[in-house]
Amino acid sequence: MTTSLSLDRRAFLKTGAAAGTGLLIGFHLPAFASSAEEQEKKNPNPLNAWVHITPDNHVSLILGKSEMGQGIMTALPMILAEELSLDWSKVKIEQAPTNPAIYDHGTGGSGSVAGSWLPLRRAGAAAREMLISAAAQRWNVNRDTCVAKDGGVLHGARKNFLTYGELAEDAAKLPVPDFKTVPLKNSDDFTIVGHDKRRYEVSAKATGKAVFGIDARMPGMQYAVIARCPVFGGKVKSFDAAKAKAVPGVKDVIAIDGVPEGAFTAGGVAVLADNSWAAMQGRKALEITWDEGPHAAESTEWLHNQFVENAAKTGKVVRNDGDADAALAGAAKKVEAIYEFPFAAHATMEPMNCTVHIRPDGAEAWVPTQAPQWAQDIIVGISGLPRDKVIVNTTLMGGGFGRRYMGDFVMEAAQIAKVTGKPVQVLWTREDDMQHDFYRPSSYHKMAGAVDAQGNLAAWKHFQTSTSIDAMWSKDGESHAENSEFATALFIPYATPNYRVEYTLAKSGVPRAWWRSVEHSTSGFIVECFVDELAAAAGADPYEFRLKLIGDDRKIPDFSNPKEGKPLDTARLKGVLNLAKEKSDWGRPLPKGVGRGIAAYYSFESYTAAVAEVSVKNGVVKVQKLCYAVDCGRPINPDGIRAQVESAAIYGLSASLHDAITIKGGRVEQSNFNNYQMPKIADTPKTEVHVVMSKEEPTGIGEPGLPVVTASVCNAIYALTKKRIRRLPIRKEDLA
Amino acid sequence: MAVTFTLNGKSQTVEVDPQMPLLWVLRDTLNLTGTKFGCGMALCGACTVHINGEAARSCITPISAVAGKKITTIEGLSADGSHPVQQAWMEEDVPQCGYCQSGQIMSAVALLSKKPKPTDAEIDDFMNGNICRCGTYQRIRKAIHRAADLQTSKAKSA
Repeated sequence: MTTSLSLDRRAFLKTGAAAGTGLLIGFHLPAFASSAEEQEKKNPNPLNAWVHITPDNHVSLILGKSEMGQGIMTALPMILAEELSLDWSKVKIEQAPTNPAIYDHGTGGSGSVAGSWLPLRRAGAAAREMLISAAAQRWNVNRDTCVAKDGGVLHGARKNFLTYGELAEDAAKLPVPDFKTVPLKNSDDFTIVGHDKRRYEVSAKATGKAVFGIDARMPGMQYAVIARCPVFGGKVKSFDAAKAKAVPGVKDVIAIDGVPEGAFTAGGVAVLADNSWAAMQGRKALEITWDEGPHAAESTEWLHNQFVENAAKTGKVVRNDGDADAALAGAAKKVEAIYEFPFAAHATMEPMNCTVHIRPDGAEAWVPTQAPQWAQDIIVGISGLPRDKVIVNTTLMGGGFGRRYMGDFVMEAAQIAKVTGKPVQVLWTREDDMQHDFYRPSSYHKMAGAVDAQGNLAAWKHFQTSTSIDAMWSKDGESHAENSEFATALFIPYATPNYRVEYTLAKSGVPRAWWRSVEHSTSGFIVECFVDELAAAAGADPYEFRLKLIGDDRKIPDFSNPKEGKPLDTARLKGVLNLAKEKSDWGRPLPKGVGRGIAAYYSFESYTAAVAEVSVKNGVVKVQKLCYAVDCGRPINPDGIRAQVESAAIYGLSASLHDAITIKGGRVEQSNFNNYQMPKIADTPKTEVHVVMSKEEPTGIGEPGLPVVTASVCNAIYALTKKRIRRLPIRKEDLA
Repeated sequence: MAVTFTLNGKSQTVEVDPQMPLLWVLRDTLNLTGTKFGCGMALCGACTVHINGEAARSCITPISAVAGKKITTIEGLSADGSHPVQQAWMEEDVPQCGYCQSGQIMSAVALLSKKPKPTDAEIDDFMNGNICRCGTYQRIRKAIHRAADLQTSKAKSA
């Protein structure tokens, strides 16, 4: 991963369970050990952990990660199937049980393919070798004369063939090969990895049969909605449930405590009913007096003023090469600019929900979660049951984007289930979801840069103040609040001897967490828009200017994590920049009223570049076309990669073209899709995604498509209108 | 109150609050969970079903309003996913998280029943009430064109 935050995210996923309920999540845990190493330590029998083969030759591959739309239910089993030489059209895929002894369940940080590539190849290869050995023993031949082929083992000389089904029982009893030395398939022989495969669960999703968390049904299940204090940090002072209980279908009303640390739940009053709608009607009838807590005066304006005050002072120095201030003072061409970003909501299409039954002898839950281990741990903590009595079924998710890392909705459901002893589904409405999210931080950036007479970058200065994620999630977070806020902005690819970065934490009661691409969403925008500003100041072509500043092929260490973070390889960055330039036909004359912009960025160990073509009419930006080039190492499922980039583009535009999350009276002003609008089909540009067919180790792609989209769009707006967009979402007055 | 309507070709009677939206009757009373809850205000289209062949948002449709009417949900579109729109959705690999796709498909079927060969602009116009947070819109457009072709060839061979 490229930043300490990313490391933290992975560490968080791995240790969420250990963090327990009601405890703070400790960041800066021991540095991230690769999943490969961890999986080796586990070294389970692959014919039990990863591949299930029945005697009648039905093969199921086990998925240890969560599917939220990113296609992991297809990509990861493809790796196993490749090493096993299976017929992909015949394999079934099963969700792994929650078992931290075998699986690293946590799904996020665009890390699943990167972290699973080697472990799954090894697991698949080990299973294959065991099956080959079983066949060789059966035939009493040298195992070197046997090969795995089409879901079975072939002994060429004798033309013998046994299916895996015929061999699995014997094979499972053989010693498990050492994962470190097990022979892996030659990548030149790949027939599955690197080839377009349709999403495994596409049929279920086209027929309404796919089971999401919200679709979980248990006999005798009650439906619950919760009234939470609309002000962050507030709680229930008193309530009267009489009218709610009188609503037909309402069965019970229960107060639950907030769990401010760890799960960060608000607590509130839960209304249980025999259907979701009755529960919602019951909630409307509740009479509650709130204690609004310490943040009731917070507003977006207040936060903005705090940003401005912070920016007037020097911040904590995060990076300081050379003397940026001196270089700026004596620069041939100098640019100063302020960028500002609002909070952003995840707004997954499936609102948060969790279904739990806690019995005296055990518990079972259906959870749409990116962190099944943490979900299990929360239920263990609340129920007091031993871990092996708590079954967590990870369901499909109607979107995750980081929101479903969180344990809040699990905590609430567990608290209610503990009281009632009955199965309960806690359902959030859209309003709950929008007003009780963990938002992408709001931030404010004071940029200064200089170009010398030769067109080189003489200085780069970046001051940021923000409502840091780390400050909220870790015990001593305020002391290293900057760790979650810069990412690649700490090691830009544009060479300069004078590079200074400062940071000041802004206080806020608004919960924050990881939103798709996290701090890259803002860092990518700032770096790529500000370098565009410098290109314009230098009178240079934005593509040529970037190419010149990136300079020679070199590897730039990850500033936050020079030892373990993968360095930024400028050759690969130039590779995508050039590919996007070529495929978009950069320089081709455009129709009147259309502008073109470019951006290139490194995130999650992957390289992306985008060229946007936009028009602006009556203050409305229309993105006509996006041309992407992406290098995420060896592509597992190229069409899945294209889909993820198409998706990240729209997700990125959602925080640029339309609404923002704003705060007034300590609460979120937006409530539903009428005042927090999403891009729709008519807003969708023609999007091309060109995937580099690299042979490097595979890296992330769920998020890297995002940071460049708004930057390329706003650079195109500048090319067309000479107006710089420096605050999001794009406002009419900033285009005028 | 007892309300009787036709659901996916079969007569169905439910005994519920007359104000209860069709969405929750489908999901919670009848356990037909293919139709999704997204916003509760007809803003996102995840709950789209057909009422007498017209696309409708079931989250704001009181059950009393559908008495005597014909309701089709995603489950009723085909027994086996063979409806041309479903086929096109699979062939173009449209879904990502998939949560909105029941509603997208029901809207697309309604569009194609009115306009068997829609243009991009007609698709954008008709489908603009269906939000997809994964941004699968480009593939939705392609799949609707493909479904139009599949329907035409099906009609010809019939």
